[in-house]
Amino acid sequence: MLFTSYGFIAFIAILFVVYYIVPKKWQWPLLLMASGVFYWIADPRFIIFICVTSLSAWGSGVLMGRINDAQDLYLKENKETLSKEEKKAYKASNKKRKWHILLGCLILNIGILSVTKYTNFVINSINDVAHTGLKNVDLIIPMGISFYTFQTMSYIIDAYRGTVKPERNPFKVLLFTSFFPQLVQGPINRFGDLSKSLYEPHRFSEKVFSTGLMRILWGYFKKLVVADRIIVAVTALIQDTDSYRGAYVFVAMFFYAFELYCDFTGGIDITIGIAQALGINMKENFILPYFSKDIKEYWNRWHISMGSWFTDYIFYPLSVSPRMLKLSKWSREHLGKVIGKRVTVYLAAFIVWFTTGLWHGAAWNFIVWGLMNFVVIMISQELSLLYDKFHKKFGFKGKAWYSVWEIIRTIFLMSLIRMFDCYRNVPMTFKMVGSMLTSFNLKIFTDGSLLKLGLNKYDYWVLLAALVIILSVSIYKYRKGEVRSKLYEKPWLWYGAMSAMFIAIIVFGAYGIGYDSTQFIYNQF
Amino acid sequence: MTKKRAFIIVFYIVLTVAVLWFLQRLFMPKYQYGIVEGAMAAEYYEADEPHEVLFVGDCEVYEAVSPVTLYEEYGISSYIRGSAQQLVWQSYYLLEDALKYETPKVVVFNVLALKYDEPQSESYNRMTLDGMRLSMTKIRAVEESMTDDEKLIEYIFPILRYHSRWSDLDSDDWDYLWDRDKVTHNGYYMRIDIKPEAEFPDPPLLADYKLGDNAMYWLSKMADLCEENGIELVLIKSPILFPHWYDQWDDQVRAFAESRDLTYINFIDDRDAMGLDMTRDTYDAGLHLNKTGAETFARYLGAILNENYDLTDYREVPEVAQQWEDICEDYHDMAQAQYEEIIEYGYLRNWGSVAVQLGRP
Repeated sequence: MLFTSYGFIAFIAILFVVYYIVPKKWQWPLLLMASGVFYWIADPRFIIFICVTSLSAWGSGVLMGRINDAQDLYLKENKETLSKEEKKAYKASNKKRKWHILLGCLILNIGILSVTKYTNFVINSINDVAHTGLKNVDLIIPMGISFYTFQTMSYIIDAYRGTVKPERNPFKVLLFTSFFPQLVQGPINRFGDLSKSLYEPHRFSEKVFSTGLMRILWGYFKKLVVADRIIVAVTALIQDTDSYRGAYVFVAMFFYAFELYCDFTGGIDITIGIAQALGINMKENFILPYFSKDIKEYWNRWHISMGSWFTDYIFYPLSVSPRMLKLSKWSREHLGKVIGKRVTVYLAAFIVWFTTGLWHGAAWNFIVWGLMNFVVIMISQELSLLYDKFHKKFGFKGKAWYSVWEIIRTIFLMSLIRMFDCYRNVPMTFKMVGSMLTSFNLKIFTDGSLLKLGLNKYDYWVLLAALVIILSVSIYKYRKGEVRSKLYEKPWLWYGAMSAMFIAIIVFGAYGIGYDSTQFIYNQF
Repeated sequence: MTKKRAFIIVFYIVLTVAVLWFLQRLFMPKYQYGIVEGAMAAEYYEADEPHEVLFVGDCEVYEAVSPVTLYEEYGISSYIRGSAQQLVWQSYYLLEDALKYETPKVVVFNVLALKYDEPQSESYNRMTLDGMRLSMTKIRAVEESMTDDEKLIEYIFPILRYHSRWSDLDSDDWDYLWDRDKVTHNGYYMRIDIKPEAEFPDPPLLADYKLGDNAMYWLSKMADLCEENGIELVLIKSPILFPHWYDQWDDQVRAFAESRDLTYINFIDDRDAMGLDMTRDTYDAGLHLNKTGAETFARYLGAILNENYDLTDYREVPEVAQQWEDICEDYHDMAQAQYEEIIEYGYLRNWGSVAVQLGRP
């Protein structure tokens, strides 16, 4: 069920009504049922996968909880009799048992993710290298498997670390994993953040509900009016690589940046808006990413839940793992302090960006995209001292025009790296980006060529108007903070804006016959 | 929630609905010029006079029979509920819809549409169904007619289908926002120009000559509906040679008519008897009849209807005669307007494909 389908809109409309009518204790089971229906409609077989993942996490959590409880009881009962060493040894043996449980759960779930999503990638890679002619396997890839697997793994790792209390009710764990708005494209929620508001009863509040509704409308505006309109031109540009070179690649780069931003943030707005309308709080996944002044800041603002997941569950554990510490020591001794201290950081970062790329898609273009990010971040980090000196000498830093330059530079850089995602073919991406430097067909901006990409002049006017609106809202948010909470205080403006947005989506949305219903880009991850 | 806030919410809900309703009216195609078939279904609701004969079917009725001639010659009050490529189930539901307003004595159904067993195209569906008043009948008609890409909700709220027309609006959309001109004369689409019948290609051999089960099912439903309402159902095949009407199809319809004790008349063989001269009675080389052709066929068909069914001579009913006087006047005025165009341009400038091609002058 596409977020942009009439069926989905009817689905959430009915859910909203029923959710606030049923007794409060039935609210979270209702969400579980709704999530089941949502997943069932996508493909009934998907339910098996998500149940296996959820139940394995629940079971592992319960076992860990029992170990923790037994440990607490044992230590309490034998507080006086056990020596410090005995207590330490007892705790260590329990930790080992929990580690085995965690490992089993991770292997099972990463195994499912790897087999369903990466088998054909491995086969194709072997074929490319060894020319073996192995045939692809027809496997089903459950919707949102990358998202819910990562979310479930965060739960079980947090349970292992003791930062969350394992949930004893399997249905609650199932709801945490399968809560339908987040299944399509995240965000990757943490149990500690989501669980409280997910399971607690909610009374209807006009403020909460209308704020959620406003957010949903804002998401649909970005998705339907912008992303699904501009995708026509993006598709034309990237499919015909013989015709669209040089300046066209430049156009494709920025059109894709605009499309992806509106598609992904629009989808997340819908997700968070639905949750919000139900009284459930989700953490932000984007905080004005295109206002970032460097690539590192960009990754702190873009797809935050994914970035923090990789940081918390791969980068940090990897950095402090015994082997890494050993490597760090060795490299400092043999390569010197300056290089030595960088080795483990770079290695951990390399692994993080490699897996980030792989997580985005089972293809080399995504891996190269991830590694390009790694390279640019590492270079910026290495040059940071130089930048500081430069800024100190010329005093540009902090000046408005320089900030704008930094923002534009970051957008350009990120858009350029994203061309690997856009063309989905590494050699082709290099070729097309190279053509920007060799083919100066700048007349396409004046001779009407841009009107032959599937967009007419009215489409461009709509896109321009939408860009102005989105930019204005973003600038306001950047300077003065959250727009919605301020607007809510002025009910005539608040509901007027809601009405205008609803009408704008209906009239200017790219949907229905004549437009292809497009899945959210991040749905494939 | 404060009372003020509640008032604001209600105010904006009403405003939003009103704006969308207005935009829906504005964006919906008006079908007032060139392609006018989309305006036909809605015109029926404006007809106040009673109808004892109701025609249902595709262009082989709405371009083949002149209700004005039926009235002027026999006093028969009739209406044609037809549209381009109107499918059998659409005819059924248009009939069911009409029965909410009146119960004719005779329903005449043209059988050519039986060749279609499943939904064909969105644009034709729209032209037939958009004009129907919203009711369960319309919803069922839409459900039965939708092609794969179509959605029921887009028929209930047509703005969801036509929203993107905001960039294609023309003067017609504003001029006919509230009131539309009539494009037919009791469902009859008039053309007075002439293009003699040409040679038709040999009919292709078919893999299967059996009329579709779905199409025959809806024909049977139509027969049931007429029976339940005490209406005589008459099946006809208009005297048009193209698209080809196969003998095998004819046999099946005849067998069906016999099994249901219905009248079926194939007028293809009666072209000479009725005096149809296809060198002057068609405007598009034999695919459709022009005004003289439709009047010729109406005279012949009217005689049969008048003879076999107990129809009222409404010329003798002053109240209805008064209403028909207006219809006849409009009919003759339009014929005159078309004649004048032929004299001025040598062809019809403001009707049909030329109008589509050239647009409004």
